[in-house]
Amino acid sequence: MNPIETIPADKVIVVRDLTKKFGDFTAVDHIRFEVGKGEIFGFLGANGAGKTTAMRMLCGLSKPTSGHAWVAGFDIYKESESIKKCIGYMSQKFSLYEDLKVWENIKLYAGIYGVPAKEIAPMTDDLLHRLGFEKEKNALVKSLPLGWKQKLAFSVAIFHQPKIVFLDEPTGGVDPATRRQFWELIYQAADQGITVFVTTHYMDEAEYCNRVTIMVDGRIDALDTPKNLKEHFEAKNMDEVFQQLARNAKRIEK
Amino acid sequence: MSKPDTMTERKMTPGENWRFFMAFVRKEFHHIFRDKMTMLILLVMPILMLVLFGYALNTEVKNSRFAVYDPSHDDVTREIVEKLQINNYFILHKMLKSPAEVDEVFKSGEVAMVVVFSENFYENLLHGGHAQIQLIADGSDPNTASTITTYASTIIGNYQQELLKVGKIPYQITPELKLLYNPSMVAAYNFVPGVMGMIILLICAMMTSISIAREKENGTMEILLVSPMKPLYVILSKAVPYFFLSIVNLLTILAMAVFVMGVPIAGSFFWLILISLLYIFVSLALGLLISSIVSTQMAAMMISAMGLMMPVMLLSGMLFPTENMPVFLQIVSDVIPAKWYILAVKKIMIKGLGAEAIIKELIVLGVMAVALITVSLRKFKIRLE
Repeated sequence: MNPIETIPADKVIVVRDLTKKFGDFTAVDHIRFEVGKGEIFGFLGANGAGKTTAMRMLCGLSKPTSGHAWVAGFDIYKESESIKKCIGYMSQKFSLYEDLKVWENIKLYAGIYGVPAKEIAPMTDDLLHRLGFEKEKNALVKSLPLGWKQKLAFSVAIFHQPKIVFLDEPTGGVDPATRRQFWELIYQAADQGITVFVTTHYMDEAEYCNRVTIMVDGRIDALDTPKNLKEHFEAKNMDEVFQQLARNAKRIEK
Repeated sequence: MSKPDTMTERKMTPGENWRFFMAFVRKEFHHIFRDKMTMLILLVMPILMLVLFGYALNTEVKNSRFAVYDPSHDDVTREIVEKLQINNYFILHKMLKSPAEVDEVFKSGEVAMVVVFSENFYENLLHGGHAQIQLIADGSDPNTASTITTYASTIIGNYQQELLKVGKIPYQITPELKLLYNPSMVAAYNFVPGVMGMIILLICAMMTSISIAREKENGTMEILLVSPMKPLYVILSKAVPYFFLSIVNLLTILAMAVFVMGVPIAGSFFWLILISLLYIFVSLALGLLISSIVSTQMAAMMISAMGLMMPVMLLSGMLFPTENMPVFLQIVSDVIPAKWYILAVKKIMIKGLGAEAIIKELIVLGVMAVALITVSLRKFKIRLE
């Protein structure tokens, strides 16, 4: 049976038994899930649960040991170059050049993703206006507060209107209020039809997602909407859901 | 499942690729020009090194104190000591009573040179036709030691000429030079090719590997690898600015060498530049290779410093001639690109030899360049999988 035939047509990410081993250590263990267009898909787990490894395989940064996955309709083994053109990515380290100015960062990344040269300048002004960063256009990124850098990094990651944006713990190190502001940007992106794939270990963020998977020891132990998960586990909030699942974890948090 | 639209499928045109590439080169120049530390290393280091090495080797030695051990105590020995004293190079510090005192005066740093006459100096000169003077200098400062023993030998030589002229003694005095602590000597002029070899390596290998490691540390490398940008472009765009900067430095060093230090370019300028370009390629490839192994700036710096700079300083023939080394170290020195570069630069710049003299060096460096670039590009690709 050709695995492609089993892919549901309306899904932008399809993962089937994806596995990654580092020697004897199985970082990601036969995970299966699907993500629909425009969905905000949360990937939860303790440090070392395998969520970053799973995301890196989908982005083409890491080669799976076995299993299949399709991103934006492309096979992650054979068509990684095509995948690269329709995704955006933001890493834990907010991924901007500190010694470049705000507009220089935007121009550089826009250029990499093939945004036509003529459109970059007006789009940059528009973006800075929406973020309220007009005055910071010529500031070096290192002079901005962390919350601003994260917002800017996210905006840069979706500047070229990708089909999917992957966010790897995008709001590390900022307070819940700043995280809330960041999530407003995520909702705006989702409204435009951009699928958001986000890893986090903040439980308040988990509540903001449309659907959430919880990874424990490289496996997916739960996958549903936050509401259903809370009902199923008879929990008051996502934190309790997570605690119940994480209790069984064998891997010690790094 | 919906197939991607045509826009995402389309290939990049060469023009677009060029535009990306240039954007990246510009970005690298921004990184360099906005980092004071980098600028300092790039601009000041070559000049500083040249001045340090240059003037350390060119000091005029005046008023050096010396001691004499003279078991012979005859007319000739007294006259020689007199001759040494009357010019402004030497000052007689004291007469030693026993050879054991030689060590003492050196250890206490009282004198820079000790003159030891053989016993029965005059007698030997008369009957055997031959007498010996030993000039002992402190080789821990090889530059001074070399200069003062040369002066002393010249003075003694002149005195011998005088003796011959008056027909008094048609015999020979042989000054025997002995350098304590550092038997090998640094030749003047050595330092300019040596500094060129070091600076180019420093800028190409160390700075390139640090700048790639910085992207890994900051997480920006991941973003680049996720993007449609070809990894080869990322790497090449890193190398371009350092390529130009090392050419600027090369010309600065040459200009300083010629106009300030008075070291001539005796041979062909064309071949000098050509071999330098080849060496720059080798150094860049080394930098890329280092950056594919390490993931932090600190590690890149350590490997460049310990793995490249130290061997270049110690084994390339820059400070110590490789001929005097044990066979094992000679073999090690053969795989150091700087050794071949420095050899070639000496041949062209100092000795004024033509291109035919550096064919071997050209071939060795050429092979190194091809091998290193192949390995480092392959290593970089593997890392991306």
